[in-house]
Amino acid sequence: MNERTMTEEQHFEQMIEEESICINDNIVYDKPETLTDTPMHYCPGCGHGVAHRLLAEVIDELDIQDKTIGVAPVGCSVLAYNYLNIDMQEAAHGRASAVATGIKRVLPDKFVFSYQGDGDLAAIGTGETIHTCNRGENILIVFINNGIYGMTGGQMAPTTLPGMKSTTSPNGRDIITMGNPLKITELIAQLPGTYYVTRCAVNTPVNVRKAKMALKKSFEYQKENKGLCFVEIVTNCPSNWKMSPLESNKWLEENMLPFYPLGDIKKPTN
Amino acid sequence: MKKEYVLMKGNEALAEAAIRAGCDAYFGYPITPQSEILEYLSLNANERTGMVVLQAESEIASINMGYGAAGAGKRVMTSSSSPGMSLMQEGISYIACAELPCLLVNIQRGGPGLGTIQPGQADYFQTVKGGGHGDYKLITLAPSTVQELVDFVDLSFDIAFKYRNPVMILADGALGQMMEKVLLPEQKERIKEVPSWATVGKSKDREKNVITSLSLDPHHMEEINLQLQAKYRQIEKNEVRYEMTDCDDADYVIVAYGLVARISQKAAHLAREKGIKVGVFRPISLYPFPYEALNKLADNVKGFLDVEMNAGQMIEDVKLSVLGKKPIEFHGRMGGVIPSPEEILQKLEEKFAGELV
Ligand code: SF4
Repeated sequence: MNERTMTEEQHFEQMIEEESICINDNIVYDKPETLTDTPMHYCPGCGHGVAHRLLAEVIDELDIQDKTIGVAPVGCSVLAYNYLNIDMQEAAHGRASAVATGIKRVLPDKFVFSYQGDGDLAAIGTGETIHTCNRGENILIVFINNGIYGMTGGQMAPTTLPGMKSTTSPNGRDIITMGNPLKITELIAQLPGTYYVTRCAVNTPVNVRKAKMALKKSFEYQKENKGLCFVEIVTNCPSNWKMSPLESNKWLEENMLPFYPLGDIKKPTN
Repeated sequence: MKKEYVLMKGNEALAEAAIRAGCDAYFGYPITPQSEILEYLSLNANERTGMVVLQAESEIASINMGYGAAGAGKRVMTSSSSPGMSLMQEGISYIACAELPCLLVNIQRGGPGLGTIQPGQADYFQTVKGGGHGDYKLITLAPSTVQELVDFVDLSFDIAFKYRNPVMILADGALGQMMEKVLLPEQKERIKEVPSWATVGKSKDREKNVITSLSLDPHHMEEINLQLQAKYRQIEKNEVRYEMTDCDDADYVIVAYGLVARISQKAAHLAREKGIKVGVFRPISLYPFPYEALNKLADNVKGFLDVEMNAGQMIEDVKLSVLGKKPIEFHGRMGGVIPSPEEILQKLEEKFAGELV
């Protein structure tokens, strides 16, 4: 540590001691109340942490912490209930939207959302996803799409891109033998039961803000009993894509987003 | 108070009992021979009590909807028949581990595979020994009349909430389909209290509630298992149910549950007409199994005949009860075939041929 930084540090400490700057008016960044103090287990640079924070911010801003019940999936975000300070249920693999249906049907005045990855929502849980959307359950489904199975160590997901490498498509996804990536968001947007279907990302500050708006709108629609809202968030998985967080965001921009274009897929009509 | 006797089909009577027990939600999927439950509830249960009735896209969805609603602290029921129950096993394991009270009903049919739509009892192992993964137990009640099918609904909800454990009513297709005279219970109010553990939205004055079956720390997971086991020991102490018919002076005792126990009572009657002293031991709670009572009974009889509509499943528990004190013979019919009283008596005579005079 050289002398200059020491001085800066000392100066900073002095300022804090004086508490002159520690006043509410000066706060530009704060931890939402709906986020717990538990350190997240997500890998550095992973989009899950951002998505969690956005949910927490929105729940705080709408002041619905005491009325919200979340459903965590099986996958990297299986422990989401450790990070969100709301009542939550942990569902079996793929069944989060059925569990959310059960909760919402008996607590119609509460806010209910499921938070699911691509393997959970678009492979093992496809049936539940489609039928929950088709029934138009008045819930929010947050769909985290990073094109890979994160928790089990990087296997091919239903949303893995053509040619994309994974531990079970080591030479790249061959669509002839392994099938095509499933654009489930476009698929469920066709169903009359869905009200608002959109695709976001959290790779840039602008996209983060848009994703937050989508989540907020969804809870507002839920309050008005509008029907099912579906927010896909295209994210990265630096660990299993075997990239640095920066590289993964670049790769996401160049490969994922052209295949999974951002924007509203189904705009609210009334 | 005027007693309300009606003639009702088993499945419909059970559905009516669920409405009257103040059930909050039912999730189901059609499968023979129990579709009348879903049909009956779809008719007007919601109008009558506000109960949620929802036809799911599969048994997998219905059991998981049940998980969600039970986690919200509600009185929840789902039902199915054997193949559908197989699909529910994953969900049941989660429900048991997350300690959610709920009522499951299996109107069994003959298996394995798609099997038949006729009655069977071949899901005993699946139900009592744990059809899903992991060490868990389902409290299991086996009715032998339509009246019991009705009475066990409210009882099951009470037990389920008392122990925060799923309870299974294990019946068979004949009981579900047959019409009998039943006394219906009075309409109960749906319960308004919210259990302290339910996920209904975290108010400022309490910690969040989490319904989960997961712990990545093996020592903590073992702790959860030990707590479950301690609960099961309590259940084994408090919830054993059985019925003995003409066992006091019996030389031979037929052990059977559900519908087969009723047929066996008729067989015992026929035996007594021939001068053979036969009684019937009917386990009502299949888990917890009445080991002690049956063990005691073994001191006073010459032998047992276990009768089931399967290849011999409950007989393992009968053996664990009798512990070699007396011989145990078996007679089983499979694939949806119901044994007749005469046939059971004939088997009893054959098996104990040397002793009967
Ligand atoms: S494995 Fe991938 S998705 Fe999972 S936490 Fe790590 S970076 Fe995120």
